[in-house]
Amino acid sequence: MTRPMKQAGSARSGDAQVDVELTVNGEAIRRSVSVRMLLSDFLRHELGLTGTHVGCEHGVCGCCTVLIDGKPGRSCLTLAVQANGYSIRTIESVAAADGTLHPVQQAFKECHGLQCGYCTPGMVMNVLGRFEEEGPLDLSDDGIRELLSGNLCRCTGYLNIVAAVRRAAELLGRS
Amino acid sequence: MKPSIFGYEAPTSLEDAIRLLAGDTDAVVLAGGQTLLPAMNFRAANPSLLVDIQHIQGLRGIAVGADGIVVKAMVRHREFELDQDVLCANPLVAEVIQHVAHVPIRTRGTVVGSLCHADPSAEIPLLLVLLGGSVIAQGPSGTREIAAEDFFQSFLTTARSHDEIVIEARFPLLPRRAGWAFDEVTRRHGDYAVVGVGCVVSLDGSGCAERVRLAACGIADRPIRLKDAEAILTGTALGISDLDAAAEASVAAVTQPDDINVSQSYRRRALGALIRRMVVKAAQRAGSAQHAESVA
Repeated sequence: MTRPMKQAGSARSGDAQVDVELTVNGEAIRRSVSVRMLLSDFLRHELGLTGTHVGCEHGVCGCCTVLIDGKPGRSCLTLAVQANGYSIRTIESVAAADGTLHPVQQAFKECHGLQCGYCTPGMVMNVLGRFEEEGPLDLSDDGIRELLSGNLCRCTGYLNIVAAVRRAAELLGRS
Repeated sequence: MKPSIFGYEAPTSLEDAIRLLAGDTDAVVLAGGQTLLPAMNFRAANPSLLVDIQHIQGLRGIAVGADGIVVKAMVRHREFELDQDVLCANPLVAEVIQHVAHVPIRTRGTVVGSLCHADPSAEIPLLLVLLGGSVIAQGPSGTREIAAEDFFQSFLTTARSHDEIVIEARFPLLPRRAGWAFDEVTRRHGDYAVVGVGCVVSLDGSGCAERVRLAACGIADRPIRLKDAEAILTGTALGISDLDAAAEASVAAVTQPDDINVSQSYRRRALGALIRRMVVKAAQRAGSAQHAESVA
């Protein structure tokens, strides 16, 4: 198969910048960003929202999970430019302004669903997104483990995290 | 920065997107990016230009009609999984998609993107081959329909030309009263399949298999229809000896060599086991309790 010759000038040496407008935790944000900046780095480095953690940076660990237009997604597998026009929610928006924990956070605290806490922001955002999704929620052990299957924890062994999700469902009247 | 330097365009028309692809042989289409971005983060993929198609009009939505399900290019796995009309028209879809990665990946990754990436272990390409679906590709000279069995050519290689964009995939409905099944062997839930098998069975009035379709992923350089097994099973009562013969006839379809996960002989045994289980499960769903007893 013949392909057209690569045009002179298509080789890129500079880091292209693009203007993006998005909403982060309810606040309208305008920035000029490098097109290769990941959303996770944008949140942490540009906006100082370091609650979104970065683990593997290839979509496996789930630490960087945020809500992208209300749905849990990997901020390390999303470019900041792809989020142009979107609404992003991070862990910083979850507790009330006076510090009162959200029921999902409260449940993780009550059930000791964390030790070092590194994976917890991603866990909370994933669980929150699934609780806010329409449709039935499978709160059997298998269902909760399926819900959590995209988030790795290297401390707790998951028993308390599963308990925390069930407790969160009780607190939110979803059980 | 994780990825190497690249250019980025977000065209709002298909024509502009196709022009951008035609003008740069190292340009790559960006839809959900759930496979492309990890590869770029590892710098295993270094495209010169990303053509982000998410802002193009007309690439969203699922349409369920009498002649099939049309899935547009920007439809995410999770939308396809949860669509109630799809669930009624073809419940195999949800059963397959639940094996694709995890929900936070499925909310971003697209169905058509998975087809175009053409990983031979991936579930969505198998689904298209199993059902006998097709894709519509649009390029500088217009659109063309490519049947699933012609589309997947080799590892990560499809019949799509560099300057074409697959604008939709067409998944046929299940035949009336057909039973279906899909399952896979993986090291961990959410991984690509070591071996995956999908099956659709229709039974006649006497409980014999009137029509059998079988396909597998993870066994070769592309998703494979297991036509020898289909031929062996068609017209039979799907008894143990029929299932054994179908499994035996499929051994040669496994061409994937030993790899970091499993040996080729393991894949062959797993394929046989999955064929037996999936045919039985599909037949049970097709309404043959009598047959289920005979193999139990």
